Formats: sequence, C-alpha cells, structure tokens
Amino acid sequence: MKDFPYTESKDTRSGFGAGLHELGKTNPNVVALCADLTGSLKMDAFKKDFPERFFQVGIAEANMIGLAAGMTIGGKIPFTGTFANFSTGRVYDQIRQSVAYSGKNVKICASHAGVTLGEDGATHQILEDLGMMKMLPHMTVINPCDFNQTKAATIAIADYEGPVYLRFGRPVVPNFTPADQKFEIGKAWVLNEGKDVSIFATGHLVWKAVLAGKILAEQGIDAEIINIHTIKPLDEEAILASVAKTRCVVSAEEHQLNGGLGDSIAQLLARKMPLPLEMVGVNDSFGESGTPEQLMEKYRLNEGAIVEAVQKVMARK
Amino acid sequence: MTPKELALKSIGYRKNILKYIYGANAGHTGGSLSCIDILNVLYNHTLNVGPDNFKSPDRDRYIQSKGHCVEALFVVLADKGFFPESDLETLCRYKSHYIGHPTRKVNGVEQNTGALGHGLPISVGTALAAKMDNKAYRVFTLLGDGELPEGSNWEAALTAAHYKLDNLTAIIDHNKLQITGRTSDVCNTDPIDLKFESFGWAVRHVDGHDFKMLQETLDELPFTDSKPSLIIAHTVKGKGISYMEDELKWHHGVPNKQQYAQAIEELDNAVATL
Repeated sequence: MKDFPYTESKDTRSGFGAGLHELGKTNPNVVALCADLTGSLKMDAFKKDFPERFFQVGIAEANMIGLAAGMTIGGKIPFTGTFANFSTGRVYDQIRQSVAYSGKNVKICASHAGVTLGEDGATHQILEDLGMMKMLPHMTVINPCDFNQTKAATIAIADYEGPVYLRFGRPVVPNFTPADQKFEIGKAWVLNEGKDVSIFATGHLVWKAVLAGKILAEQGIDAEIINIHTIKPLDEEAILASVAKTRCVVSAEEHQLNGGLGDSIAQLLARKMPLPLEMVGVNDSFGESGTPEQLMEKYRLNEGAIVEAVQKVMARK
Repeated sequence: MTPKELALKSIGYRKNILKYIYGANAGHTGGSLSCIDILNVLYNHTLNVGPDNFKSPDRDRYIQSKGHCVEALFVVLADKGFFPESDLETLCRYKSHYIGHPTRKVNGVEQNTGALGHGLPISVGTALAAKMDNKAYRVFTLLGDGELPEGSNWEAALTAAHYKLDNLTAIIDHNKLQITGRTSDVCNTDPIDLKFESFGWAVRHVDGHDFKMLQETLDELPFTDSKPSLIIAHTVKGKGISYMEDELKWHHGVPNKQQYAQAIEELDNAVATL
C-alpha cells in the first residue's frame, strides 16, 4: 500500500476559494455570485481583489442561478456560491431550465455538502445533490477529495464550456494530493494499485479509503483505490479495467446510496461486468446534528465501514 | 415605421400566428395575440437586433419569459429574416426545433424559456453583464401577468434595483387572464405598479395595442436614471379576433376550420379600417 504523506489539513471549500481567486487573476470573464455566504464559501479573497466581478445577491438562490444564466448571454463565466443544499434542491427548476436545458456555461459551486456540515443538522446536510445533478442531461458533476484537488478542479472547470456542478465541504481534511496536479474532468485517478478489490471513492471518502487500504494491507488484502472525482461523466473505462482485474467492488461516498456514485457504478457493472458490489454511503436517511467525526461514525462513512464492505464483497467473489 | 405601418404588420402577424397554430393543432393562441403588438414594436422599432448582428456582443437582448407564447416570437423572428417562414410549418411537430417554447436551437432566440419566473432573473444577469463591460446594449424581457406570483420575479426585482439597472426593461403583458381564470381571482397581484415602485423601479402604464403609445414609451427609456423600467402593457387576450377576446378558453385553445376561416376574414376586414 502506497503511503500518502501530507503536511497539513485543510477544508475543501478553501480550495474552491483559492481556485476562484486564481481565476480572478487569470481569466477576466470569470465572475462570482454569492447568496449571503461569502465567508462560508471562502469567496472573500475574490471579492476583495475583484470587487467589480463579485455580485452579492442576498438570500435569493433561485434569482442567483437565473442571474448567472443571464450573465452568460453577456459573455461571462459565472461561478455561483452557496451551500450544496441551496445550490441544488432549492433551485432545481432554475438549474434544469435556465442552465442545463439551455446549455449555459454556469459553474454551480456548492459547499457544506453531506453530513460533515455538522452541527446545523439535517435541514442543511444535503445527501441527494449528486443524484439530482447527475440526472440532468449535459451536466458535469465533480466532487473532489481535498484542498489541492478542489483548487485544481475550480480552475479546470473555467476552461470547460458547459454547465458544471462542483461539490465540496466544510471540514478540515488531510491535504494529500499534489499542489501542482492537473485536474482532468472525467478522468479517474488510481491512488493505489491492487489486485484483490477495487475501492471507488469520491469526496471526503477518498481519504477514508486510503486509511482503509492501510488496514486492509495489514490483513493481507491488496486493495486498488481509485479516486472518482468526476461523478459524471463517469470514467467507465478506468472502472471496468480495475474491476476486470480485482473482480469485486466497493463504492464509498458521503451521499445517499440511492442516486450517488455507487448507484452509477452499479448500473455500469450490471450492464457490462456483473460482479459483486458493496456500497458505503447513507442508506435512505436524513442527517442530524453532531460533529463531523460523530456523524461520519454514526452513518458509517469511514475506514471501518469500507473495511467491512471489502470483507463482505470479497466473500461474495 | 409609422403606427399605421406597424398596425398593418400586426394584422399579418396575427394571421400567421393563427395559421401556424391551426396547422400545428397546438399553441397558445390568446396570449400570443395579446403580446404580438408589443413584440412588433420591439423588433421593428426599438431593438437593435436582427439576423445580421445576432452574434454581435453589442446587440440588444430580448428574453421572453412567457415562453408559452412562442408563436408570437417565431412569427416576428421569421419576418425579421432569422429563418424562412416556411419553417413554421413544422411548429410543434416531431423532430422540429420550432417547439412549443423558445429554444436556442432556433436562430434569434437568446434563451430557452418556458418555466415561468425565469425570464426576469436571466435578464437581470444579462443587464449586469452589460454594466460590467460598460456596454450600451439594453435588455428587454416580456412577462405574463399570470407568472408574477413566482417568487423569483420579486427576488430579481430587488436585485435589478439594487444594482441600478437602467439598461433593463421588463414589460408585463397584462391581459388579466391566466389558464385557470382571472389573474385577480387566481392570485391577485394588484397593484402591480405600486409594488414595483416600492421595489425601486420606474413604472409606466401603456395600452399594449396602441402602437404610437408603445413607440413613444419605449423611446423614453430609461424612465428614470439608475432605475430599472417596468412597462405595464394593458392588453386583451385573444386581441383582434372577436370571439377570442378576453375569453379564457383561448388560452390554449386552437380554432377549428370554421373558426379559423372566420378569424382570417376578420383580420382581412381589419385592414380596411386602418
């Protein structure tokens, strides 16, 4: 099992803020809109240095998505920022009609996704957003794993023409991917090569998969760990290549099992390579209040759950 | 164009709206007839947009929030030369781009619309982009009175005033009817003018079928510096066809053969009265 040393832990939302600030310097067409969560989304630096390209719209998310769609008619590349909950469910019709169906170059940037939002509880902890977004035709859906990857993804999507949903979160997590990485939309990233099981993880669960890989190695299990930062388009080729070798699969995500990454992989396997799959995720439940660690434990979104899923799926081979 | 020339054009537009709705056996007849005079004045008098400059970043933008009245828009765009009028023979047909709501697959359409309450936020965003770039182009959107209860309109109304978007004009096709009944009975939005004024807009009322008044009002934009403009155009649903005027059933109704013939006859007779 490869080692993944890191020197600092950071929140993925700060990766977004850093990437957006970088875009402010390099791409004059990038504009940012925010629904009263500038600090939470780490958009302050962009706002400070590029005030003429920052638009505070207040707590009016539907309006924000509409404005963003309209700004593309004026040649801009709008990045909207609010919590994942208010970036998706609250404004689904605006995204569907005015952005996705209209093929607009809008980047919907969503923080505080999943239960790791923590103490504020279920109203704000969306676990359905990947499903809603991936169902929209032509929508690209990205869920990076750490600060560096979120920064790289933020920069990369500005160069991609079309609607994108970029999901990130609140908690501080190990920043273990390279600072100089090139983010390739739709390209799975093999973190560790292995032969016994394929673990496909996304977002915060990628680091948990790395931790699980170490535990599994101690048990003599050689796990292949793949970071699926792009939920859609799914890198089917990479997934099938791995599964052809390992013959069993575990998916891991901070999302409902229904509609998330595991759901996409299950469809792929059923169509092209029917092999055993176990899924780590939230099983048809809303969240609740607690610290991120407590909730990741309660909802079984951790290395222990991944190890158990691996043991279970390997027994089904 | 003189008001009389515009009036003559509108008769032709109305005939075409009915022709293609009758041919498709589908469409929003009443609303298309209520807003067609507004579209006529916009495209033939006010907007600096046509097929030759549609890709220009300096063109005026028109976004039709009441997307269901697409027949009125298509008929005007065809007349302006964005596409051959014969394309409209495929209206609402399988594999046609000329579907029941505006889509960017049709030349001349800025934005896919149809879900109500979307056009104003989009127009505010476009007007903001113009201000950002110090561009002189203007943004116009047409709303139905029935879609005003959509909350996104009021969110956008706030934003437009907040950013002092005097390059933005919203026009309400105030025909006082929506699919279920009188707008005042379904969800009363009166007084519209005072609401928008209190939101920071400059508001005017016009007769939405009076070409001279429409021209003069649009010529005076912006009504107040640093404020977005609202034109409440008082219109009649089904305007121009005696048996359709102010009749709810023509919201989505399609004339039968005899009704179609009568409508065309009435419009032909109207030419002599100009």
